[in-house]
Amino acid sequence: MSELKVSEKDVVVPGEVIAEGMDFLPSSGTYRLGERILANRLGIIRIEGKVIKLIPLGGKYCPKKNDVIIGKVKDINFSGWMIDTSSAYHAMLSLKDATTDYVRKGADLTKYFNIGDYLVTQITNVTSQNLIDLTMKAPGLRKLRNGRIININPYKVPRVIGKQGSMVTMIKKATNCQIIVGQNGVIWLQGTPEGEILAVETIKKIEKESHMQGLTDRIQKYLDDNKLKNVNTEEERPQHHEEKYAKSEKVNEDDL
Amino acid sequence: MTYKKRFDGREYDETRKIEVKAGVIKRADGSAMFKIGNTVAYAAVYGPRELYPRFMQDPEKGILRCNYNMMPFSGSGERVRPGPSRRAKEISMVTEKALLPVVDLGDFPNAVVDVFIELPQTDAGTRCAGICAASIALADAGIQMKDMVSAVSVGKVDDKLVVDLNYEEEAYEEGPVADIPIAMIPSTGELTLLQMDGEIKKDELLKAFEIGKKTLLRINEIQKKALKEKFKLEVE
Amino acid sequence: MTKEAKEIIIKYLKENNRYDGRKLDQYRDIVIEYDISKSAEGSARVKIGDTEVLAGIKLAVEAPYPDTPEDGNLMVGAELLPMSNPEFEGGPPGIDSIELARVVDRAIRESKAIDTKKLCIKKGEKAWAVMIDICPLNDSGNLFDAAALAAVAAVKNTKFPEYKDGIIDYKKKTNQSLPIKKLPVSVTIIKIGDYYLVDPINDEEKVIDARLTVALTEDNVICALQKGGDSPLSVDNVSKMIDIAAKKAAELRKKL
Repeated sequence: MSELKVSEKDVVVPGEVIAEGMDFLPSSGTYRLGERILANRLGIIRIEGKVIKLIPLGGKYCPKKNDVIIGKVKDINFSGWMIDTSSAYHAMLSLKDATTDYVRKGADLTKYFNIGDYLVTQITNVTSQNLIDLTMKAPGLRKLRNGRIININPYKVPRVIGKQGSMVTMIKKATNCQIIVGQNGVIWLQGTPEGEILAVETIKKIEKESHMQGLTDRIQKYLDDNKLKNVNTEEERPQHHEEKYAKSEKVNEDDL
Repeated sequence: MTYKKRFDGREYDETRKIEVKAGVIKRADGSAMFKIGNTVAYAAVYGPRELYPRFMQDPEKGILRCNYNMMPFSGSGERVRPGPSRRAKEISMVTEKALLPVVDLGDFPNAVVDVFIELPQTDAGTRCAGICAASIALADAGIQMKDMVSAVSVGKVDDKLVVDLNYEEEAYEEGPVADIPIAMIPSTGELTLLQMDGEIKKDELLKAFEIGKKTLLRINEIQKKALKEKFKLEVE
Repeated sequence: MTKEAKEIIIKYLKENNRYDGRKLDQYRDIVIEYDISKSAEGSARVKIGDTEVLAGIKLAVEAPYPDTPEDGNLMVGAELLPMSNPEFEGGPPGIDSIELARVVDRAIRESKAIDTKKLCIKKGEKAWAVMIDICPLNDSGNLFDAAALAAVAAVKNTKFPEYKDGIIDYKKKTNQSLPIKKLPVSVTIIKIGDYYLVDPINDEEKVIDARLTVALTEDNVICALQKGGDSPLSVDNVSKMIDIAAKKAAELRKKL
């Protein structure tokens, strides 16, 4: 007789018994020990039929091919730029992947990207040693100018983006800010200081309460309660391609 | 002479009062405070992150690096000069060995997970408190681990087997004393830390393990609860 | 950090705003807790926003320094613990730890906060030594002020241990406090562009032009100064910063 020891959406900790019996199948974040299925990280339980899955509540970013991230230029050498990805691994952006321009040997690479610059960039390859290759040659990828950078838990990125970008769009409208959310948890915002501060507070609130019920409604209320004084709703904001790349995760992240 | 009653009135298999909190250090990736009686341990975890010096990197998996330190004002007597003593270095090493068996850093080759343990106040049982705090901090940091690790000292004071010796008991002079810090993986019952100071016979040791195991399962429940508490927020 | 990072912060300062919505002359919430370490003769925890610092005091009986045979000894140590900031490295104290310790030391020593003559037990032979150690648990900016406040709070909290026949019994605390004459308070003001700010957070600390730590006693006498940062300060700058410090010192002292 198989038995579930926890409920859907419960927070579980490493070593916690999730189910007993052989009917259930352990999936990511869980493992089988004898008759029982245990959690192997801090996370939230998701049960899909007989499959038990765990959505992690925290951890460092794991670089994945095709992810669009925001990285910071750490160093430059003759073959390209070394990029800080806010993870345990830096990435390499080589000359040929950085620009369609013809770059002479010995040219001043800082003209393209300088140390300290933030880039919206895409991961093209991750080796077994977690060496990361990047490209800047795709629509929407660019150097970021002005604006403010904050870091959040990368596992909260899907909640900040929302289903088909619904959450981040709601924040953009209410704060009149441009917002780009990197899959690595690095977020760029640009607006007025007042708008940026509200956007940052809202994102931090999502980060803290992401696992709780009724998140979207609470965030909508928070934005309404803290309405900006001078929101120019008629202003035409240029459409940025980041909306295409700010994918929500394929997981059933319906509102809790 | 027998040890009729514990100095602080506890039962022989009773630990001192335990207070735990997770997520106490904002800049860290994971953190916890573990207090048992008058011993207080803070643990902070950073990582996985880049590891320097390069020669320490392991291309197959990330490494765990623990650093145990007592604050200069944490001793019961004189000030302790800052800087790692030989004792602190040994405790750092056994702490790492106590935590390593449960941690899975296979997804993070060449990286390091740093664990820092600091104690502002001590009354025996420091390495165990440090391990308990570190265990919660690692889970809080989202590290993949098959279970947490729980630790406590077991032992003997005179003719009684006891759990969680305090400083007074360690220093007992009227009879033999054995101070045995142990750490255990709760789901399997395996020991990951085992040291001993003092004198004890084998059958007494095995009995002490049994009593210790029950205690450790209770401590584990407290550790688990502390992590979950962090996610119970009051929503306006 | 690049020039751009500074320009973005200045954009905020122009509207009397900071990254966390504070005004330029506003401190984050300050919380002081006494007696946080029963092992110490005196101790305190200070939280300024998320920055958290512990200070503990140990007393001992030593020979007084040969050039001050009638005075007790005072020593302040600080360690920038790696647990408090991912950028702090372990190992022997670097110049930043040393500067922190010495700046806190100066404020207490030069203000004669502790009447060291009353620490003398036998002239030229025995005197009490007051050893203050500062241990940050979390560095979210402004360690200078948090450390100074924690040290003074710990001084207030200290009680002599029993001292009989030349032996200290650390387990028995008397009711006798340290002979305190003044309560110095340190305020650090930073300058970014033409703006003066108090209580900097990490992002602000990275873009300062200069900083000035001013220690003041209750009667508004300046007892210590420390200028930091790479840019020079004009006399007018210093004058304005001292005025700000004087106003803030009174607010901070109320928390003790």
